Amino acid sequence: MFGRLSWAAIPFDQPIVMGTGAVLGLVLLTVFLLVTRKGAWPYLWREWITSVDHKRIGVMYMILGLVMLVRGFSDAIMMRTQLALAAGHAQGYLPPEHYNQIFSAHGTIMIFFVAMPFVVGLMNFAVPLQLGVRDVAFPKLNSVSFWLTASGVLLVNLSLFVGEFARTGWLAYPPLSELAYSPGVGVDYYLWSLQLSGMGTLLAGINLTTTILKLRAPGMGYSRMPIFCWTALASNLLIVAAFPVLTATFAMLLLDRYCDFHFFTNELGGNPMMYINLIWIWGHPEVYILILPAFGVFSEVVATFSGKPLFGYRSMVLATMAICVLSFMVWLHHFFTMGAGADVNGFFGIMTMIIAVPTGVKIFNWMFTLYGGRIQYTVPIYWTIGFIVTFVIGGMTGVLMAIPPADFVLHNSLFLIAHFHNVAIGGVVFGAMAGYTYWFPKAFGFKLNERLGKAIFWCWFIGFYLAFMPLYALGLMGATRRMQHYPDTHWQPMMLVALAGAVVILLGIVLTAVQLAVSVRQRRIHHDRTGDPWNGRTLEWSMPSPPPAWNFTEMPNVERTDAYWHMKKLGTPRAPPGSFADMKLPRNSPIGVFLAFFTVILGFALIWRIDWLAGVGLVGAVAVVLREAWNTDLEVRVPGEEVAAFEHAHAAGLEGNRVASGGPA
Amino acid sequence: MDSHIQPQGAAPGVDPRERHGARSYLIGLLYAVPLTVASFWAAKTSLVYPPAVPVLLAALAIAQMGVHVAFFLHISSAPDQTNNLLALAFGVFVTALIVFGSMMIMSHLNHNMMSMDELIKIQR
Amino acid sequence: MSAAEQALSTGSGMPLALRGPAPVRVVAGFGFWLFLLSDIILFAALFATYSVLSGSTAGGPTAAELFDQKHVFLETMCLLASSVTCGFGSLAVQRADARPLYFWMGATFALGACFLRMESQEFAAMVAAGAGPSHSAFLSAFFTLVGTHGLHVSLGLAWLLIMLLQVKTLGFQPMVSRRFFSFGLFWHALDIVWIGVFTIVYLGAT
Repeated sequence: MFGRLSWAAIPFDQPIVMGTGAVLGLVLLTVFLLVTRKGAWPYLWREWITSVDHKRIGVMYMILGLVMLVRGFSDAIMMRTQLALAAGHAQGYLPPEHYNQIFSAHGTIMIFFVAMPFVVGLMNFAVPLQLGVRDVAFPKLNSVSFWLTASGVLLVNLSLFVGEFARTGWLAYPPLSELAYSPGVGVDYYLWSLQLSGMGTLLAGINLTTTILKLRAPGMGYSRMPIFCWTALASNLLIVAAFPVLTATFAMLLLDRYCDFHFFTNELGGNPMMYINLIWIWGHPEVYILILPAFGVFSEVVATFSGKPLFGYRSMVLATMAICVLSFMVWLHHFFTMGAGADVNGFFGIMTMIIAVPTGVKIFNWMFTLYGGRIQYTVPIYWTIGFIVTFVIGGMTGVLMAIPPADFVLHNSLFLIAHFHNVAIGGVVFGAMAGYTYWFPKAFGFKLNERLGKAIFWCWFIGFYLAFMPLYALGLMGATRRMQHYPDTHWQPMMLVALAGAVVILLGIVLTAVQLAVSVRQRRIHHDRTGDPWNGRTLEWSMPSPPPAWNFTEMPNVERTDAYWHMKKLGTPRAPPGSFADMKLPRNSPIGVFLAFFTVILGFALIWRIDWLAGVGLVGAVAVVLREAWNTDLEVRVPGEEVAAFEHAHAAGLEGNRVASGGPA
Repeated sequence: MDSHIQPQGAAPGVDPRERHGARSYLIGLLYAVPLTVASFWAAKTSLVYPPAVPVLLAALAIAQMGVHVAFFLHISSAPDQTNNLLALAFGVFVTALIVFGSMMIMSHLNHNMMSMDELIKIQR
Repeated sequence: MSAAEQALSTGSGMPLALRGPAPVRVVAGFGFWLFLLSDIILFAALFATYSVLSGSTAGGPTAAELFDQKHVFLETMCLLASSVTCGFGSLAVQRADARPLYFWMGATFALGACFLRMESQEFAAMVAAGAGPSHSAFLSAFFTLVGTHGLHVSLGLAWLLIMLLQVKTLGFQPMVSRRFFSFGLFWHALDIVWIGVFTIVYLGAT
């Protein structure tokens, strides 16, 4: 009746897990009660859960990423602590079966449920505003994408309390991930949660690509688009091209596990190496999907806070599109040691070195933008300079490993771990934090506390170097990845330093939460009255903060790059519109959250082999889609008077601000 | 000439020039049927130099796919089709990389990582 | 008029990229086109896997032993014909003409169903002869590649029925017409994928 599910699935014998569950349960209950007491459920349902507004959805993605950062990071602290302890004969406190689940969960969560939501969230929020349009191409689909990602998150979190997670590493290589060697539900949790969130991501990729190519303000030709939109375009093209490969590969592994197929098994002709080949055809573009939007954030930040246009717009665009194409031609460097031979390895080694060139171009362009500018040392600039230094080191170690003979020594060592954390933290995390700080006032109408922001930066920066520079050394000394203990006690001091670094980063994460609380409390002091707190260059700064649901009352007519800067120069930053027509907006829709509900049921049922429940989930999901197909009530009308009232209130606020700051009459 | 170019690009699959509507599909059929028959014939015949048959089949398949794209999907080099064509080109590029890249890589891997029984087999 | 309206009415002088947001019809069509390209890349992964594993028969039946070229030729003709009838049906949608729409889309459905019937007969025969997908890597790859295409065809037929129902109940609203055009794209793309399938899988076996 319940498939393989039984009370034995709950890990009553694991105090850490049960403790976490108790705390989490209490937190959720508290939040639930608070919201109920304030009567905020209708507000939450109307304004957030069923919202199809890209700004709201972008914020929800960021919240999701931040929450999952806590879980992914607790895995990291546990691993660092284990390694600090388990030297020589000591065994640490985490037995291998648990340690294996922890590093698998850490990687899976950080890539799929922290980095991707951050990056997709930033693109969702900023791209339509920068393009001067009302919303993305498919607002309802946007909501569905978010909720499918949330479904994946829910399943992954369920695995902690009901059953187990995969012990295979974050990419679940066969034959270990096949039924013969992973008979439990761990790999199934991994596969189904990623299939669901992968579908969400693919739809988001289609959405944003269509938006950038087909929905731009009049006059905004491709060469007048902000650079962030170009990097978003490249990233989303990569999503559309790469994620289907992930879906297909996971589907084949699922067929092996559920229907006794033999794609990647050891017997009857299966070839596990094919899985590794396919998964990295997805895997390499994935890392560029993550880094390109971060590059875009840095481009915007560097231009804004140097007070100059970005140096080399055209070469930036060319470099971005070159990276987009080249990212599909390097994937074998993830398995040089699998045995393809010198010819194949040589080709991919050279291609990997070539792909470093456009990134180098970008670094020079950022530095040339800073040079000669009047730099304001705000928090986003701190993240940018920290990124330039850190990412260059990480990139160089990558080029080092692009040489196949060197990689034969360093593959799967801690050197590799240090390299990819170097570029992921120094690039993606620093970029996400810069974007978060940069666009926060636009989203919420007040800035984040600056001093705390700088403290958070220093925690991450110092913490990162403490945590990962020792790993480079350890890797060269022979330490491998995914090891639960090690015999050579000489390695222990460096493991301790690494643990210290992780603690410093933990402080940074705690301070992020503190910063949010403090900034909310201080919101009237840091209120963004004008909508342009940084003296920005692109169109989103021409909007009030936060923008109205309809974004632009009148679509701007764009004449050049850095459109808003140009408008300010001409003295027409926000020409009040002549008349206020009614605005037609897409109506909110619950299909996103309903689909999430049914797909979680479907996923859970498939994992535990509960056939009837899977049927319920599938029928429910199909019913939701069919019901929506007949929905003709798709728009809501905002009357012209309401638009007028908003515009006049904002104009009055601007006038008050100008008078208060002693501006010209 | 310019009047039937769609202002912001044409949706793929929709023929803006409705007067040629039915004709497009019939021409497509007229090309596709012989190409299909030729493919099936090429696979069986002894008239073609055998090692050249895979190349011939590939050429016929590509030609037929082109017929479908041009006559059924109405994708062309017209200025309002640029986005559609570029997207298709990117898709074809990635597909080729995946299929031929995988075949090349896996053939090298299989050759170098042969199991013991296979090694014995090729030595017999 | 607003700057946006002015830009839109400038006519053929201004480059396409500068004319502001595209109409819904174009946006929806392009989005669906991107989805189709992603689907084709999914098939690319399956094709690559089939190509790599087609020789791994584990001592079991091989492709040459299993495939009936005449059967496949008939399937191919069914699908090709259904593409043409679908095209005629799309023209009927453009003209908002219900009777030819039902006729041509009905023909498309019938031909598609014929294709599916022949394919399921082939699969059933193979399984009965001990050549099911769990017998070797080659067979797993074959059933998955060809089966995924068949699954897409089945979903397409279900979608077609839903669309015909939508026309009957909602009429030729823009929303309904857009969905029909997307269906047409989908159906033609499936035929393109089938060209790959019959060439690589069936003809490639000889």
